[in-house]
Amino acid sequence: MSAAGPRSGRGRRRGPASVVPEAEFRSYYGLPVLNRPTWKPLDIAGYLFLGGLAGASSALAAAVSTGAAPPPGRVRPGLVAPLRFGAAGAIGLSLVALVHDLGRPARFYNMMRVFKPSSPMSVGSWILSVYAPAAIGTAALDVVPLPGRLGPARRPLQHAAGLVAGLAGPAVATYTGVLISDTAVPAWHGGYREMPFYFASSASSAAGGLGLLTAPVDASAPARRLGVAGAVAELAVGRVMRARMGLAAETFERGRAGRLLRAAEALTAAGAGLALAGRRSRAVSVAAGAGLLAGSALTRFGVFHAGVASAEDPRYTVQPQRESLGSRPSEPPEPC
Amino acid sequence: MPVGTDPAAGAGWESHPARVGFFTDTSICIGCKACEVACKEWNQVPDDGLKFSGMSFDNSWGLGADTWRHVAFIEQRRPVAATGGAAGPASPPGAAGELRWLMSSDVCKHCTHAACLDVCPTGALFRTEFATVVVQSDVCNGCGYCVPACPYGVIDQRKEDGRVWKCTLCYDRLKDGMEPACAKACPTQSIQFGPLDQLRERAAGRLEDLQERGVTGARLYGDDPHDGVGGAGAFFLLLDDPEVYGLPPDPVVTTRDLPSMWKRAGLAALALAGAVIAAAR
Repeated sequence: MSAAGPRSGRGRRRGPASVVPEAEFRSYYGLPVLNRPTWKPLDIAGYLFLGGLAGASSALAAAVSTGAAPPPGRVRPGLVAPLRFGAAGAIGLSLVALVHDLGRPARFYNMMRVFKPSSPMSVGSWILSVYAPAAIGTAALDVVPLPGRLGPARRPLQHAAGLVAGLAGPAVATYTGVLISDTAVPAWHGGYREMPFYFASSASSAAGGLGLLTAPVDASAPARRLGVAGAVAELAVGRVMRARMGLAAETFERGRAGRLLRAAEALTAAGAGLALAGRRSRAVSVAAGAGLLAGSALTRFGVFHAGVASAEDPRYTVQPQRESLGSRPSEPPEPC
Repeated sequence: MPVGTDPAAGAGWESHPARVGFFTDTSICIGCKACEVACKEWNQVPDDGLKFSGMSFDNSWGLGADTWRHVAFIEQRRPVAATGGAAGPASPPGAAGELRWLMSSDVCKHCTHAACLDVCPTGALFRTEFATVVVQSDVCNGCGYCVPACPYGVIDQRKEDGRVWKCTLCYDRLKDGMEPACAKACPTQSIQFGPLDQLRERAAGRLEDLQERGVTGARLYGDDPHDGVGGAGAFFLLLDDPEVYGLPPDPVVTTRDLPSMWKRAGLAALALAGAVIAAAR
């Protein structure tokens, strides 16, 4: 990132290859100001990915299977079914991960105790309470026969459930951007303007990837279009977000988060490229789909770990707040 | 009264006692840790291990699930008198190697606009009639959302228990008209408990007094109802920058930006729906 803009007080400007100490800030023995998020990376970063994948997949499945009497040749059962099953599986795993992450899993139902618009997690719980049964039901109706006289209701019921899942899907894929941004974690809150768009793009890329991975090439055109659009948007929005974030953007470039996000960008870009190149090749499409899915997953893990890194280093809390106060530290840091 | 100045009323308490809080005057803290001990004893807060920090007399590190009062020790190589730093009285030559101690007992701020309370999805965190913020341990399901939400790093999850814990401002003692255990135990009245209005007046007087005496580094922290958390229920008189004590210089309740965040999430959801419909054609 650029070193433009004044740093606090006695800060030095840093070049990319700088070996001098970074902008000075004061702290309590270098200990973090914030408490480290207690969320388990596999559960919560995993959910950010799976929830996005599920939500966007349901939306795509609904869009593809709905529409006034699609002309012959435009019906794509080869795409709709895997998207529905993918969404159901992803959201099922998500629910397991979310409950597993709780300190008191047996009390998961307390999420439904109140509805609090001030809590993105409460809002998300209610969104999931609509979405998850609809998404899982849509897929289940493909394989579970309805008893006796209910038999003929199967298709309409599935269509209705698919529509509910398709409408709730975009909410599932985007509220998580608010969920992590509404915290004091510098790398998460610092991206609150872009995070929902970042996650929506990443979810589109993942759903497109799922379609490319599972559907035959003659059916996967919608997934290809969505995957490529999502990938391009994800790469662009990610860059915009980091450019606007200020100091905490460093945590997206360094350490574990940096490695994850560089791999994510490479996989996403490669996936999009292969998706464009492999319109007629099943093998290339499968590779494209795998690349997009892996890229989306690593993006979420990268964002998660950037947040943790920004919470663990007091610099990212103290320095921007000093700047927002428009004041210098009253003393230079103690020589150690 | 607007919600900002009467959080208890804002939380739905129709009749309620005056808002109470702590004024921690660190200029008279002697670092005895009686507050830490009294808090642990009264609230039966479990042991969380003895970890030698090697940095100072502080081996309790910071606030967390099992440390609800935390005494910070800061050793500084500067003349004791020159508490104002560069702006303070001129230090005599040769005095630069001397040491001054800063000690401060930190605690939950019981914010006017409390992020932990805002984001809690179960309603386990609630605003009491005293306008303090308390976790109901029989409701908390350990989702952990309050932990990264707190701009001060106060609340945390107790690993073996799964739930989150923090200072209750001795809710049980308040109910019986008693002062919190830490304030009761403080031998120097560094920790003062009382109605917040009175504490703010007293703190302003103390600050003026110290500044007249040349302690120009003295400043109040968390007393301003116009700050990023709407003012803290537990505020401090500090002798140096807040970050030196491990406190954030300009904490903000991030739910302040929530309307804008929801608007953006709505736009992003619409954009996603639009992209999906366009892709499906």
